[in-house]
Amino acid sequence: MSETILKVQDIHKSYGDLEVLKGISFEVKQGETKVIIGPSGTGKSTLLRCINQLTPPDKGCIWLNGVELTDHKVDINKARSSIGMVFQDFNLFAHLKALDNVLIGLIKVKKMEKQKATELAVEELRRVGLEDKASSYPAELSGGQQQRLSIARALAMNPKLILFDEPTSALDPELIGEVLEVMISLAREGMTMLVVSHEMGFARSVANEIIFMENGVIIEEGPPRQLFSRPKHKRTGEFLNKITELYGESGK
Amino acid sequence: MGFEELYYLLKGALVTIELVAGALGLGLVIGIPMAVGQVYGNKPVSKAVSFYVWFFRGLPLLVLFFLFYFGLFTLINLDLSAFAAASLVMGMRSAAYQSQILRGSIQSIGSGQMLAARSIGMSKSRAIWHIILPQALRLSIPGWSSEYSGILKDSAVAYALGVMEILTRANFISSRTYKPMPAFLACAAIFLILTYIGVKSLNLLEKKVRIPGYGERREI
Repeated sequence: MSETILKVQDIHKSYGDLEVLKGISFEVKQGETKVIIGPSGTGKSTLLRCINQLTPPDKGCIWLNGVELTDHKVDINKARSSIGMVFQDFNLFAHLKALDNVLIGLIKVKKMEKQKATELAVEELRRVGLEDKASSYPAELSGGQQQRLSIARALAMNPKLILFDEPTSALDPELIGEVLEVMISLAREGMTMLVVSHEMGFARSVANEIIFMENGVIIEEGPPRQLFSRPKHKRTGEFLNKITELYGESGK
Repeated sequence: MGFEELYYLLKGALVTIELVAGALGLGLVIGIPMAVGQVYGNKPVSKAVSFYVWFFRGLPLLVLFFLFYFGLFTLINLDLSAFAAASLVMGMRSAAYQSQILRGSIQSIGSGQMLAARSIGMSKSRAIWHIILPQALRLSIPGWSSEYSGILKDSAVAYALGVMEILTRANFISSRTYKPMPAFLACAAIFLILTYIGVKSLNLLEKKVRIPGYGERREI
């Protein structure tokens, strides 16, 4: 059994009177890809932000490689640099060229020297197929290219885990494939990934486990085959059918 | 108006330029932390900035000049030249305006890039410095353009403190020659030229630092 990278224990988060997360617990092991699915407004994105403490949870603990991130004494900036995050709307740094978007973390956070950092950044651009776009600004790239760039930015930090927050939801259908391809190859290379997505094809073929969330709780968790063919809860089956119908199964 | 008077007036233009540059510079240096404090700071910081902005935008420049130069500076035994006092007061006042120009730009950037910067491990202050400000400053150039032309014109109020800027000198010439029209026409021409040069330079700067996808002319 490979070791646990991420341990999430009893996470609660409220906004005012609204309890978005009502006690979420799960683990992600080294090299695993877990896909979180569920209706919108269920707290999936909030959960991802709780994990890297962009949104500190009200209650509960998060451990990354045995280090408790919810501990106030921990250097959270340092911890965050080892958790990649890919956003639905890319959030690229608009004033920086593609290469510099990847470079800036290496130079300003990891304090790497320029030349070494550049070599690494070029390598990451190549990994997502953007080596010829190094000097383009984000606004000059297509949505698919922008999302691949944001994956490269996350990869450059050499993360132990990457969180994907609906990485293909803002993309035109014909651009989804190129992003999923990058994600699939990352999964195959053994990157540990936690993905919030509606891409059932991806979930089915790449995920080791699927977590089905609704109303701030985990309803069911298990390997894709089990959830798709013999879900324990009626609600899981209903949701999976509906979403598969809606989004198809691209990215298989 | 002879050559000698024109030369005298142009030396005043230099004083005006120095006054404006000093005020704009000081306003920028104070305005940046104010804007950042108002957007990212805690409640007391943001309240303090709002108070400052309210105070300096709420009073006529002449009132501020008298209040500080004859009032406060005398009270605390701060012996400043009229020029230095005018620069200082105009700088503090410009900070109030510039902070609001910059605040608008910062807020137009959206929180996503800040989230992304924090997610790769940048501290908040680093993210502000490396990600937010470079973009916000670019977006502020059109606003500065009007701040520049505003300050340039306001600098004539320093006449009241006896600063030897353009208007003060034009007034001297007028009363010496008994011909107000040439003196004040020349004074007006210099202001118009300075406005043109400054605004044009800022337009050029805006073009030079433009990022694709930012601040472009719209077809629709």
